[in-house]
Amino acid sequence: MNEKLMWVMAGIVGLLLVASVIGWGLSRRAQGRGGSEVVDNLNARIRAWWLMVAVLGVSFMLGTTFNLVLFAIISFLALREFITLTPTRRGDHLALCLCFYVAIPLQYWLIGIEWYGLFSILIPVYGFVLLPAVAALAGDPDDFLERATKVQWGLMLTVYCISHAPALLVLDIPGFDLGGLALLVYLLLVVQISDVLQYVFGKLFGKHKLAPRVSPSKTVEGLLGGGLAATAVGAGLWWITPFTPLQSAGMAALIVLCGFLGGLALSAVKRSLGAKDWGNLIEGHGGMLDRMDSVCFAAPVFFHVVRYGFT
Amino acid sequence: MIAPALVGVVRLLVGAQARWIGVPPSPRQRIYFANHSSHLDALALWAALPPELRRHTRPVAARDYWAKGGFRQVVATRGFNAVFVGRQREHADEDLLAPLIEALQAGDSLIIFPEGTRNDAPLPQPFKSGLYRLASQFPQVELVAVYLDTLHRSLPKGSLLPVPLVCTVRFGRSVELLPGEDKAVFLERAREAVIELA
Repeated sequence: MNEKLMWVMAGIVGLLLVASVIGWGLSRRAQGRGGSEVVDNLNARIRAWWLMVAVLGVSFMLGTTFNLVLFAIISFLALREFITLTPTRRGDHLALCLCFYVAIPLQYWLIGIEWYGLFSILIPVYGFVLLPAVAALAGDPDDFLERATKVQWGLMLTVYCISHAPALLVLDIPGFDLGGLALLVYLLLVVQISDVLQYVFGKLFGKHKLAPRVSPSKTVEGLLGGGLAATAVGAGLWWITPFTPLQSAGMAALIVLCGFLGGLALSAVKRSLGAKDWGNLIEGHGGMLDRMDSVCFAAPVFFHVVRYGFT
Repeated sequence: MIAPALVGVVRLLVGAQARWIGVPPSPRQRIYFANHSSHLDALALWAALPPELRRHTRPVAARDYWAKGGFRQVVATRGFNAVFVGRQREHADEDLLAPLIEALQAGDSLIIFPEGTRNDAPLPQPFKSGLYRLASQFPQVELVAVYLDTLHRSLPKGSLLPVPLVCTVRFGRSVELLPGEDKAVFLERAREAVIELA
């Protein structure tokens, strides 16, 4: 890892230390009053953050192949959560096996060999055409459109969209020597810090709920305060990107907006599937998709803007 | 060596997350009885147990599927230490429950599927009488109802590869054979204890 990225990682560790100290303080104060669920959940989230940062940090040091494998595993776990909540039938079995055992490895392999053309249409074109055909061969027309749609949606979100984050690793940007890893760090940092800051601003100042039935924790104050703060953080990180400070602010604002919309849309999807959390894989956060929902929307948009604007 | 690897693979494929609803995990001798919809059932239930209980809990596995030699048999014997049972008597006076009785006498806990055969639906069909015989012969062993929730979708009858799905293994209440209770009544009560976890 490059020296500048080491500084960013050190900054993240510093932030987590501060968060842990605050969490510890809050929990001591709450104990005097019989404990608080919000504080317990906050501390569980911070503990989980340490683990997630450790896993990503180690993976970043091990190189592109390892990062692709890590994101393939993330896609696998996210798709597993999605399909668990989706009422599929016997006739979907082969199509689902193709999603897990063919689509995921193939999508990430295409990144590895830098075959951009096929990478960008594998799931939206070939998956879209082949998977319903395979399911139709099983001969069960009951709820067919619903089933085919849900399988395609799950695959698009958890594999296609998420794979655009590590696809940044193989982008070749002329005159930018930090490489794709810096862009991946930038994307993940802005998305996640935006989520965190929206949560913090919402808890501290939140009054007006944005869409209470879709996502009860999202507030106007959280979005504006957290979003602006995250945009400022992104702008301040221009030195690890190929962007000027102003461009970096614009990119961060775009990532924040897409991340917010991703969180909102996926919350609606989750609720229409009858669940409150996608799973319970990550302590305090819910499932893998509860943590990756913003990345799902932000990654492909960020990837394309960088690819068209800077390569 | 094989057992931890097996638990890892099972966790990756089907999650096997335990939820103890009716009884807490305990080292006392138990018979876990569950609904049966896939070949993964025994493995998932076994993998959901805490490691120290797993060591003394043996899934009952069909001899004609798990003991045909090769990879499967290695997994069943050295992985989850299965108790093999036949589905049909090979000679008139063979007691199909004999291997189970032997394992219980040795102090092990068991995982059994009283429906006898896999079912396409998640809710169990009527139970066969084996559970009743074990309950009356081993009154000191606690019978615990368990429900496995997604495995009928993960590896349905007739499929070869499992679809990775998160399976929650719900451990429900214990069911006791009452003094003088009728066999059919007891079996239905036990089945209800599984169904109420669904």
